Amino acid sequence: MMNERMNSQALAATQNERADFVQVIDVVKNFGEHVALNSVSLTIKKNELFALLGSSGCGKSTLLRILAGFETATSGKILVDGEDLSRIPPYRRPVNMMFQSYALFPHMTVEDNVAFGLKQEGVPKNEIKERVADVLELVQMKKFARRKPHQLSGGQQQRVALARSLVKRPKLLLLDEPMSALDKKIRQKTQLELVNIIEKVDVTCIMVTHDQEEAMTMATRLAVMSDGEVIQVGTPNQVYEYPNCRFTAEFIGSTNLLDGVVVEDEPDHVFVECPGLDQRLHINHGITGPLGMEVSVSIRPERVRVTREKPEQKYNYAHGVVKDLAYMGSYTLYHVQLANGKIFLANLSSLVLASDDAPSYDDEVYVSWGASSQVVLTS
Amino acid sequence: MIKPNKTLSVTVLGAGYLFLYLPIVLLVIYSFNESKLVTLWSGFSTKWYAALLEDDELISAAWLSIRIALLTATASVVVGTVAGFVLARFGRFRLFTLFSAMINAPLVMPEVIIGISMLLLFVQMGQLLGWPQGRGLMTIWIGHTTLCVSYVAIIVQSRVRELDMSLEEAAMDLGATPGKIFFAITLPLISQALVSGWLLSFTLSLDDLVLTAFLSGPGSTTLPLVVFSRVRLGLNPEMNALATLFISSVTIGVVAVNWYMRAAERKLAREMRMAFAAEAA
Repeated sequence: MMNERMNSQALAATQNERADFVQVIDVVKNFGEHVALNSVSLTIKKNELFALLGSSGCGKSTLLRILAGFETATSGKILVDGEDLSRIPPYRRPVNMMFQSYALFPHMTVEDNVAFGLKQEGVPKNEIKERVADVLELVQMKKFARRKPHQLSGGQQQRVALARSLVKRPKLLLLDEPMSALDKKIRQKTQLELVNIIEKVDVTCIMVTHDQEEAMTMATRLAVMSDGEVIQVGTPNQVYEYPNCRFTAEFIGSTNLLDGVVVEDEPDHVFVECPGLDQRLHINHGITGPLGMEVSVSIRPERVRVTREKPEQKYNYAHGVVKDLAYMGSYTLYHVQLANGKIFLANLSSLVLASDDAPSYDDEVYVSWGASSQVVLTS
Repeated sequence: MIKPNKTLSVTVLGAGYLFLYLPIVLLVIYSFNESKLVTLWSGFSTKWYAALLEDDELISAAWLSIRIALLTATASVVVGTVAGFVLARFGRFRLFTLFSAMINAPLVMPEVIIGISMLLLFVQMGQLLGWPQGRGLMTIWIGHTTLCVSYVAIIVQSRVRELDMSLEEAAMDLGATPGKIFFAITLPLISQALVSGWLLSFTLSLDDLVLTAFLSGPGSTTLPLVVFSRVRLGLNPEMNALATLFISSVTIGVVAVNWYMRAAERKLAREMRMAFAAEAA
């Protein structure tokens, strides 16, 4: 009994510690007039694979370089495992980075590349040998130990780079656009391999990427960034299903945004009237905000049905003409032009298309969706 | 579009090469001339090569030139690398423009002026400080080094500029201190630039005449000085023989280096092809 309680207490303590293993507190970075990071705050749990997602110039790489120590923040604080990083020079931080270009030393063999970090630490020779062998085993590059980087393919180089950044057992591993130097074909396979390796080692990981698919596949949580600010933080599922603003909704995946005004506001449902749409949108949950507030309603294309007949539901449908079909293999993307001229996107899975007499170009159709498939965005 | 005229281009190319190499070919041929007169062919002989070996003045001058060239090339590479690295990596620090202009100045300044000014400096220093005592190897060395540093600095600077910064960042990330990074990562990666800088300085120093004329003293006559003073007294086939030796050693050196570098490049290309073939399979 007593034991159990102590265990749960210890568990709570570790969980607490896990919750804010890396703390980025109010970090600002200016390059002259240009504001690269505008008061960014993040907390990252232990052993999490956290992605910073954004288009180029959004400040994600700057944040990564500040974490590594190649740039100094104009103001703000970064704690890793309770330790303030700003006072530690880059060559003493418990942080290692895998570079976008891998940055393998071209004049050294795979083995020497991996051993380089340990040699700087002054680790004894036989221990170096052991640890290098272990980490090369982990990334399955042991048989290439004597090769030079140019004798390796892109995927192999990436694994060596990963081994080199893991061998010092950093508290925090940084991945800078880990997949960008690889062919599209081997990317998907490599993404999962990389995640598997990282999960095997006890390491917290922050990666930077502009590829939302990559972030969704690999990360446990992600932060969407734009113009030096964090827009939304959450699991891939949360960010995709419940975007908190128009930017995230459009940046992560594709979506249909309908602009409208709240005309009826009840605790358990609201009605939104959209200009150009014949009937109101019925949303089956309440929102915080006054009547008459301008909102956008996001509907993901894969939640939309396309039918020739008028749907039975009273709300949440629109009438239009099929303007374009994009066959994507597993699904077909319909571009339906509504009465107001707006293009509405709908994904129809190949299964549906095969069983039905599928709508085609210039056919008049109805697009419809469920009340729970909508997300109301106020900003 | 202009149609390339093959006859014309071959003619122009041929004329160009002829203009460059005909004098050298003639020089080599006449080094085997028996006659004492350079311009008159009277039969094949290698006697001028034999005479060259017994010419103590020439041999000791050549030895001095080589020693100075070795010292100059080494000193220039050390100083020039530091200067080039600073120019390429330290950003635009205060007085950057002045510093970079001063590094490049010896390239455009007439050698005569450098020579006179250095001579004046050394004479003044000799009177005020008692150093250098007269002129000789040391003063020539210093003079040649000031000239060659510019060349090395420019070569190193351009090489360091094109170096991937992330390599040095990676080394820092892995725990190497800035000094360690320079020696373990940067230097090996720019080694080719250092070698070419060294070779360039060596050649520049070996055949420098103007600067040396101002900075040499009694007993420190370099090869170009000897050749020049002898040529003034009348050409001698011995000079042709000497020139032939130089040309052949330079040719062999250049061909060998080219061959070696081509082979290395081919090896690299082959290994990269194999690596990517392995990935595709």
